[in-house]
Parts: sequence; C-alpha cells; structure tokens
Amino acid sequence: MLEITNLHVKAGGREILKGVDLRVKAGEVHSIMGPNGSGKSTLAQVLAGRETYEVTAGKVTYQGRSLLEMAPEERACEGLFMAFQYPVEIPGVGNTYFLKAALNAIRKARGLEELDAMDFLTLAKEKMTRLEVDDRLLTRSVNEGFSGGEKKRNEIFQMAVLEPTLAILDETDSGLDIDALRIVAAGVNSLRSPERAILVVTHYQRLLNYIVPDFVHVLVDGRIVKSGGKELALELEARGYAWVEAEARAAAPATA
Amino acid sequence: MTAVAHEVDRYLESFARLEAGAAAKGWTWFQPVRRDAMARFADLGFPTVRDEDWRFTNVAPIAQTAFAPAPEDGVSPARGQMAPFEFPGLTGSRLVFVNGRYAPELSSLGPLPAGVTVTSLAQAIPAHPDLIQAHLARYAEYHQDAFTALNTAFVEDGAFVSVRRGTVLEEPIHLLYVSTETPAPVITHPRNLIVAGEDSQVTVVEDYVSLGDGVGFSNAVTEVVVGQNSVLSHYLIERESPQAFNVSTLRVHQGRSSSVTSHSVLLGGALVRNNVHPVLAGEGGDCLINGLFLATGRQHMDNYMKVEHASPHCGSRQFYNGILNGQSHGVFHGRIIVHKDAQKTDAKQTNRNLLLSEDAQIDTKPQLEIYADDVKCTHGATIGQIDEDAIFYLRSRGIPKDSARGLLLFAFAGESLQRMKVEAIRTHLEALVAQWLPQGALLEDVR
Repeated sequence: MLEITNLHVKAGGREILKGVDLRVKAGEVHSIMGPNGSGKSTLAQVLAGRETYEVTAGKVTYQGRSLLEMAPEERACEGLFMAFQYPVEIPGVGNTYFLKAALNAIRKARGLEELDAMDFLTLAKEKMTRLEVDDRLLTRSVNEGFSGGEKKRNEIFQMAVLEPTLAILDETDSGLDIDALRIVAAGVNSLRSPERAILVVTHYQRLLNYIVPDFVHVLVDGRIVKSGGKELALELEARGYAWVEAEARAAAPATA
Repeated sequence: MTAVAHEVDRYLESFARLEAGAAAKGWTWFQPVRRDAMARFADLGFPTVRDEDWRFTNVAPIAQTAFAPAPEDGVSPARGQMAPFEFPGLTGSRLVFVNGRYAPELSSLGPLPAGVTVTSLAQAIPAHPDLIQAHLARYAEYHQDAFTALNTAFVEDGAFVSVRRGTVLEEPIHLLYVSTETPAPVITHPRNLIVAGEDSQVTVVEDYVSLGDGVGFSNAVTEVVVGQNSVLSHYLIERESPQAFNVSTLRVHQGRSSSVTSHSVLLGGALVRNNVHPVLAGEGGDCLINGLFLATGRQHMDNYMKVEHASPHCGSRQFYNGILNGQSHGVFHGRIIVHKDAQKTDAKQTNRNLLLSEDAQIDTKPQLEIYADDVKCTHGATIGQIDEDAIFYLRSRGIPKDSARGLLLFAFAGESLQRMKVEAIRTHLEALVAQWLPQGALLEDVR
C-alpha cells in the first residue's frame, strides 16, 4: 500500500530525513519509534503533504500512485489520514461544519453521495459515543480552547468519521492519561482491517501495549536503523535508544 | 486664486442657491446654524494628511471633484429595482432616499406601535418642531469637522426616527440611500436624527447602495440621542459602487445606563470614511462598537473611532476586523477619550487585520487620552496573513485549498458578524461577505 524509497527531506536548509525506506502492506500495523529529533514527525508530515518540507530525493508510492505529486487534500480523498501531533486551533470554523465538509469532499472523490446535515449528525453521534467524546465538542470551533487530551481525541474522532485507508498517528499518545490512551487505542483498533494500514509514530512504547504492531522500526538521525517485531518496542522500552544509536553509528560508515 | 480656495468656493456658490430654496421648505429656523456651518467649512476647508485625524486618508479626490447637487427632477427608480437591497425576513419600515431625496413611492411604513415616528426629516419638521429643534445639529461637531460642517450647511433631508419613552420597537428600521448613475457626479448630504426616549428600544439600519456606476459622494451625518436606560442598535452598511465616495459620521449621545451597539460593514466605495463617535454622557452607560471592512482593488477604507467617556462607570468595547486584498488601503484609528470625571471607565479596543496581498496596506493607530485616574483601558492590534498551519490542517482532511482559504476568511469576518444580534440582518450580511470573498461560491453551505 505504501512504499517509501530512499526518502531525503530538508527543512530550513537542514537535512532531516537521510534516506528512509519503508514498505507497509494492507492489513499491517507499523510503528515508527525513535529519539527526539530523529525525524519521526517530519516523516509523518511529509506523507500528509506538508509543503514546508523539501523532498530532495527518493519516492513514495501509495496505492500505486506517486504520493509526493498529490496535494494534501487529494491524499486525504485517496484515504490517507494523519492525526496531528499538535492539532491546529481554528477559531470561527465549527467542528461540525468542518468535519462534514471534509467527509463530503472525501465521499465526493470516492463517487459516493454527500451526506446531509441529519445523516452526518447521526453518524457523528454514533462515533462519539463509541469513542467517549463529549458531544459538546461538535458545537465548538475546531480545537479552539480544547485541552490537550480533547484535541487528541478529536483527531481520533475525525479519523473514525473519515475512515481512512492509511492512518498515520503522529505521537497521538504524547501527553495522554491512561483513560484517554485506552480510548484512542480502541478507536485505532476498531479501524484495523485487512484493507487498511496504520502507521503509529511514537516516542514511547506505552501506546503499543494497546495497539499491538506487526512491525517496529527505529528511526535514528533520519534513517531507519533497525526493524523488528513488537518485541523490539519492549526492548527499546527496557534499554532506551542509546544502544540503537551506537549500533547505527558503528554501521554508518559501511552504509554511507 | 489657489486650487484649495477654489475647492471651497464651489460650495459657497452652491450654498447661495440652496439657501433661498431650502428656506421655502420649512427650514427657516435652521438658517443661522446653516450659515454658521457654511462659515466653518469655509474656514476649515477640506482636511489634509497634515491633520492628525486624517493622517492616513487623502481626500483630494473628493475635494477636487466638481460635485453637483442632485437634480430636482431626477428619474426615480422602479420599486422592483430595490429588491436586491432588501433583507429577507426583515418586515419593518423602510425609508428609501434616491440621491438624497426621500422617495415615498419606494418606501414602506409598516404598522408602527404608538409612540414611534418614522419619516423623512423634512416632513417631520412641521409635526415635531420641538424635538427637532432641540436636537438637530446639537451633537455633531460641525465646528471641528469639515464634512459635518458641509453636511450641516447643505442639509435638506434624511430620516427622522423618534421612539417615545417606554416604547419597544422590535422590527429594525431600514434606511436605504440609493445613488443612481447621473450625468455629472452628484453630492448628497443625508442627515438623520434618531431620538430614543427613556426605557425605549430601537434598531436602525443605515444602508448605502448604488444603482449603476456613478461617481457619487454621500456625505452623511447621523445624530442619535439615547435616553436613560434605553437600548439602541445601529448598523451602517456601505455597499455602493467601487467608484463612490462615502463619508459617514455617526454621533451618539448616550444617557444614563443606556446601551448602544454600532455595527459597521464596509464592502463598497472607492474612498470611504466611517466616523463613529459615541459620547457616554450619563453614568453607567455602555457601548459596543463592532465593525468589519473588506477592501480590494484600489479601495480606501478609513475607520475613525472617537469614543468619549464623559461620566463614571461606563464601558466601551471596540472590535474592528479588516480584510485587505489587491492594492487596497485600510485604516483603523481608534481614539478613546476619558474625561476627568469619568472614573471607573472600562474601555477596550481590538483591531485585527488580514492582508491578502503584497500591495494591500493597513494603518492602525490607537490613541488613548485619559484624564481620570481610576480607569481600565486596553487596546491591541494585529496585522497578519492567513494562518498556513490552519490551511494545511483543513487540506489534510480533504478540503480543497481554495475552500480552506475561504473558510478561514469567512471565519475571520464571522468574528464581527457573530456580534450582530438581529438574525435577518446578520444572515444577509453573511451572504454579502461570502459573495465578496474570492472563494465565496465554495462556501454556499457554510450558513
């Protein structure tokens, strides 16, 4: 479904991703872990289409198409969704209007009929109940004045409504208490299916107790330096990142 | 003869002709004021950018145009031509003025409660001489302001609204000023007087529109007298042609514990000056001054606020949002004057601006003059572009770029529109704002 080959990305003149390779098949859950500043969030943002990053080399194929040539909204319409690490507050734009517009843009792109206000509300309420999201969020402006936890839940709620094919969670677990973490995980797990793939970008292993990944990759200094199964996450939790970084440094001259 | 003297002479000549005619129409008692105002205008001349209150606005295009008074026998538009200017859902009284002259055949006076008068000022003179003589030209500062002096010298008509003590008029009164295309540029001096008695409530909409593309100049002055404990809302809508000139002066005199809201929405006109001048004369009054100005092309929109706190325990709130595109120029000049005895004043001013193009320009200037020592005054201004993070967020959810931009602009304008409590007016203004936005068509189901 997603194939990243030798991806190099610059931001503000500095190279952040230095040749990332990753293959994600439908039905799989991958986790990308790594220390601060390793480029995890950059990878997530580049996949979502953030234009402040400059792709200097490499390619990304998503469902057979070149992802990097697609506008962010086109990617969304093709089923890609990124849960933001820092969701943006948009005063004056109602959450309901925003999400209905988003859903209908995506439905239109898929050749489905647009939902009217009533059908949309029924759908939204159902998802909110399932995710234990306070339905007062619907009447407020997008993320405005939301607590950190509310913002993250709102991301997962949007994901549940938009039903993406490829979901990317960018540190959705950071700053969440255990209850919120369980709810977020339940939301993600309910999306798991043979047709979908999920990429969980995280700093901590904790979330992976609830969203059990098929593969774990460690990103260090802009490269994936180690890949393994879910047990790799536990090892990182127990031993920290230093040993992987040391291994990466030792191996660097050979791969350079 | 200098060019500047020549600019004033045009009006002196015109004044001599007017005086004879106006006197015959019942304005005899006003003659001394008229002459005084004319003399003041001759002294003051048109303001220049050296004048602190006009620093950002050059009125030379107005001063140099040889405007003529509206023709007496002008062709009256058909009633159907007013349809685009109607507010769906608004069923109250409507007074229509065509090139400054009252057009009864286009106006409709709904059933009004006892104690409410809505008519043209000229018609009101015989019926309400005491009220008019007590208030007309008693508030607007024709001694200081050249445009007010000009209006006062040339006043012929406008709207007269009077609401008796204890009377509540729920339906807004719509005052529609229509400029038509004329062979020569026409100047009009709409003069409105609104008198709200004690414990009364009334909403008035002052609405300037154009039929065709004439280079008209509307030089309007509205005096509002708000009695004790009364609630008054005023809306100014400027949607004239992009060639029009408009100087509108709102002067509000607020009694004890009165509550006033002034809403302005500027969309049209080539050169627009919006003066809002409330004086909180009685204790415990409050006013909300809310505005939205949207300029594009080479439009120039100047908002000049002068909020005077003359009594203790009064509150004022100013919120102005501007969106500037093309090579347009916006101005927000917000004065707050707190007089010596106005202790416990609570005054706040916020001006926010979005610049959509490289060449658009905004000048924003707070000016606080505080002569009391126990007051709270705050002001703040921002100038920025559309938030690119927010654009990306919306796009990442499937909303196309243009719609995302439109949505954010509409939300920004919405901050001002949300403060307008009359739903029929707000809804219609939302539609006008959406039409104005380059991406407006994409926002059809926003509302």
